[in-house]
Amino acid sequence: MSAALSPVAAGDNGEPLIRWDWIGHNSDIITQALNDHLVLSIVPVVLGLVISLPIGLLCARYRWLYAPVVGLTSVLYAIPAIALFVVLVAFTGLTRTTVMIPLTLYTLSVLVPAVVDGMDSVPEHVRQAATAMGFGTLRRLVQVELPIAVPVVMAGLRVATVSNISLVSVGALIGVGGLGQLFTDGFNRDFTTPIIVGIALIIALAIAADVVLLVVQRLLTPWARAGSSRRAARRAVRAEPAMPEEAAL
Amino acid sequence: MITFTGVTKRYPDGTVAVHDLDLEIAAGRITVLVGPSGCGKTTTLRMVNRMIDPTSGTITVDGRDIREVDPPRLRRGIGYVIQQAGLFPHRTIIDNIATVPYLLHQDKKQARTRALELMERVGLDTALAKRYPAQLSGGQQQRVGVARALAADPPVMLMDEPFSAVDPIVRGQLQDEFLRLQSELEKTIVFVTHDIDEAVKLGHRIAVFQVGGVLAQYATPDELLANPANDFVRDFLGGDRGIRRLRFVQELDAEAAAERRAAVPEPAEPPPGGEAAAAGER
Repeated sequence: MSAALSPVAAGDNGEPLIRWDWIGHNSDIITQALNDHLVLSIVPVVLGLVISLPIGLLCARYRWLYAPVVGLTSVLYAIPAIALFVVLVAFTGLTRTTVMIPLTLYTLSVLVPAVVDGMDSVPEHVRQAATAMGFGTLRRLVQVELPIAVPVVMAGLRVATVSNISLVSVGALIGVGGLGQLFTDGFNRDFTTPIIVGIALIIALAIAADVVLLVVQRLLTPWARAGSSRRAARRAVRAEPAMPEEAAL
Repeated sequence: MITFTGVTKRYPDGTVAVHDLDLEIAAGRITVLVGPSGCGKTTTLRMVNRMIDPTSGTITVDGRDIREVDPPRLRRGIGYVIQQAGLFPHRTIIDNIATVPYLLHQDKKQARTRALELMERVGLDTALAKRYPAQLSGGQQQRVGVARALAADPPVMLMDEPFSAVDPIVRGQLQDEFLRLQSELEKTIVFVTHDIDEAVKLGHRIAVFQVGGVLAQYATPDELLANPANDFVRDFLGGDRGIRRLRFVQELDAEAAAERRAAVPEPAEPPPGGEAAAAGER
C-alpha cells in the first residue's frame, strides 16, 4: 500500500507508514508504555473480581437482588469514561487511580453475571449431595461450588481482561494511558509510526493475556475437559466390569 | 433402628407431603419406601438426615432424637446415594469416594487406601481411581456413589432412586451386587423407589405410600403381594400382575445367571479347567 492512501498519512510528503528506526530509538518509551498499559488493565480486573465475587454470590443466593444489581452495573458501564474522568480528577487528580476506577467499574457488568452464571452452573444434585454428606455452607462454597464455577467465571474474566486492555488507551486523555500515549503522540505530530506500534502492541497484549488466562483455566480445571475426550469415554466403557452387551446375550 | 413417631411435613403453601407417619425401620435391613410421585417417600427419606425438617413429630436414629444433632455432623454419619450419583465433577474418583473421611479429618493416606478397597468392593476397576466422573459410564458413576456413601462406614444409608437413571440391564446388575454387598455389610438401609418390582426384589420390608403422604401399608414383600391392605395398594401392585412380574424377574435373573455361567469359558481359554469353574462361582 502506498502511504498516500492511508488517511493518517494523507498529505504527507513521502513519509513512510512505519519508520523502523523510530522504534529502535524509542524502545525505552515503548517498554514503559507497555508496562503501564499492563498494570492499568490488569489491576482493575483483579479489583473487579474481588468486588464481583461477594456481589455475585449474594445475587446467586438472593435472586431478587440480581436484576437491580445488573441494572446498576449496566448504567455504570454506559457512563462514558471521559465523563467519569472529569468528575474523578477533582478527587484523585491526573493519576493512575483516576483511570483505574472507571475501568474497575466497567468490569463489574461482565464479572457479576459471570459469578452468578458460574454458581448456576453447579448441578443441583451435586449441591444436594454435598449438603447430604455433611458440608457446611461455607465449606460447600469453597470446596464444591466455587471450583465448579471456575470455567464460567474464567470466561468472564477473559472478556473483561481483553476489553480492558483496549479501554486503557482512553486514559491518554488525562495523560495516563499506557500505549494510548503513543496514539496521542502520533496524532499530535501527524506521525503514523507510534500509532501503528501502539495498535500492534495492544492487540499482541490482548492475545497474550487471553492465552495466559486460558492456560491458567486449564491448569485449574483439569476435570473440565476430561469428559469431552472420546478416547476417555472409550476407555471407560472398556473398563466397565460387565459389559451390558455381554449380559444381554 | 430408625423410628418415625407422628411425623408430619406440611409446606407453607399448605401441601401436606407426609401425614402423621409412624414407621419403624429395622437395623441391618433394607426398608423400601415405594409409591407414585408426590406420595412423600423422598420427603420421608430426607427427613432422616435433616435435609428437610418435619413440621411435627419425632424421628430417632438408634434411640437418639435427630434434632439434638447438628445437621452436618448428623449427615457425616449417614450414607447418601442419589439418582444422578451427585459426584463432584472436579474431584477424581478416589477423592470423591474419600469425601466424608476427609470431612471427618481422617488421615488422608488411610482414606485413600480405604477408597481403593471400596472401589474393588463395589466392582470398580481401581485403574479408574484417578479419572474424573465425566469419564465414567452412568453405571460406573452409580457404583462410585455407593462407594462414597460407604466410605466412612456409616451404620445408616439413605438411597434415593439410586438405580433409576441407568438402563434396565445395568440396573439389574447393580441391584444384584447391592444385595450381595448388603448381605456382607448389614447396613440399615432406607431405599426409595417408584418401581414396585425393585421394591419387591430388594426390600425386607416395604412401605407403600399413597398421594398425600399417607402410609398405605407396611409389610414384607410376601405379605404385601398376598394381602394388599386396600384398593390403592392392589392397583399399585397391578393386581396379580405384581406376582407374575415377581416370578418373571426371578426367572429372568436365574436365566441370566445360568447364561453368565455358561458364557464364562467362552473367551477362548485353552483348558476350560478349574479356573473357569472358579470364575463361574464368583
